[in-house]
Amino acid sequence: MTDIPVLQTRALRCERDDRELFAGLNWCASAGEIWQIAGPNGAGKTTLIRILAGLHGFYDGSFTWPQWLQSDADPREKLLYLGHKAGLRDELTPLENLQWWLALHAQQADPMAALAQLGLAGYETVPCASLSAGQKRRVALSLLWIVDKPVWLLDEPFTALDADGVTLIEERLRQHAASGGLVIYSSHHRFDDAVRHVRLGGKQVELA
Amino acid sequence: MSFVATVKRELLLACRRPAEIINPLFFFVMVVAMFPLGVSPKAELLSVIAPGVIWVAALLAVLLSVEGLFRADHESGALEQLLVAPTNLYLPALAKILAHWLLTGLPLVLVGPLLGYMLHLPVSASSTLLLALLLGTPTLTAIGAIGVSLTVGLRSGGILLALLVLPLYVPVLVFGAGVVSYAANGLPVMGLLAILAALLLASLTLAPAAVAAGLRISSGG
Repeated sequence: MTDIPVLQTRALRCERDDRELFAGLNWCASAGEIWQIAGPNGAGKTTLIRILAGLHGFYDGSFTWPQWLQSDADPREKLLYLGHKAGLRDELTPLENLQWWLALHAQQADPMAALAQLGLAGYETVPCASLSAGQKRRVALSLLWIVDKPVWLLDEPFTALDADGVTLIEERLRQHAASGGLVIYSSHHRFDDAVRHVRLGGKQVELA
Repeated sequence: MSFVATVKRELLLACRRPAEIINPLFFFVMVVAMFPLGVSPKAELLSVIAPGVIWVAALLAVLLSVEGLFRADHESGALEQLLVAPTNLYLPALAKILAHWLLTGLPLVLVGPLLGYMLHLPVSASSTLLLALLLGTPTLTAIGAIGVSLTVGLRSGGILLALLVLPLYVPVLVFGAGVVSYAANGLPVMGLLAILAALLLASLTLAPAAVAAGLRISSGG
């Protein structure tokens, strides 16, 4: 089972407004790996993550999740996607925002402990409008502790976080990979030599 | 699960932002109040135009309020979370439509007969007006939601939404205003009310599927 890749793309190519973002992306990602999607601004990092999350349908080539081809489960059940917008409604409290997410994903969990772990104890019932950008990011990222999904697709997860927050998330990403999960994140920040990367924006996509 | 959670969330959001409930209601009342001032305060004229005026005003109030159905969710990124969730979008979409109608459509229904009284609509037609609005406004919300789902990512979606949706509102307007005129003239109304009820059932069952597809198209899926 372990040698079957989790994600496999074949000649994935995407263009936007007649400009080619990336082409010929043949990529295999396996369980236990952390992949950084790197590249200059406008290189298509967000687009690639959105394609993998099933949010963007305008691409050529194909990608599959080979481990789950046999089961007829919806691949979305295996994915945790966090976009570059935190996805929180300002009028609702962190707790209410998270509870709606959990209901959509049909997951039973108590978000309180995860929020406390991210330094948000006492903010659970404050409307998100009065939280700072970094705190909102922490609320969204608390899902990494709450939701149990094998593949994480994170778009710019370190945005607006302070140094402590970055360390905390890095640690969590390592933990997830060590326990057999797959992490794919887009960022300029490469936090570990073991992190592999997909570099977009050049003439050819670099995999390393 | 996703249905109940979404209804709860929408009601909570509305409690935190009450202007979104009250503004369409004020709009409705003010548009109707313009007609005696602009056309003529004569009772015999007003009672003839009352059904049409009330229905057109209600239709515009629903159109204005429904425009914001997905806007804040789109801007905050919550809509993306809805789209990646492993749930059938039909139920959350239905929940959004129903919650939105409860908050913005139901107040219009309750105020409608009062405005009818203001426009000298015979009191005997008030109950029919109430029933017609009760059956018609959820249809308007459901049809409007389809248009909103298709225009959610666009910067100037408002006018496009009106152009997309207003033609689809015509049957509701025709039967809704028609049934009130029938009642004012003492004619039987059950047939037309049944047509309004049929429109409601059809739109409530089909619109959520169309909204789900529209949201996927808008997001680029």
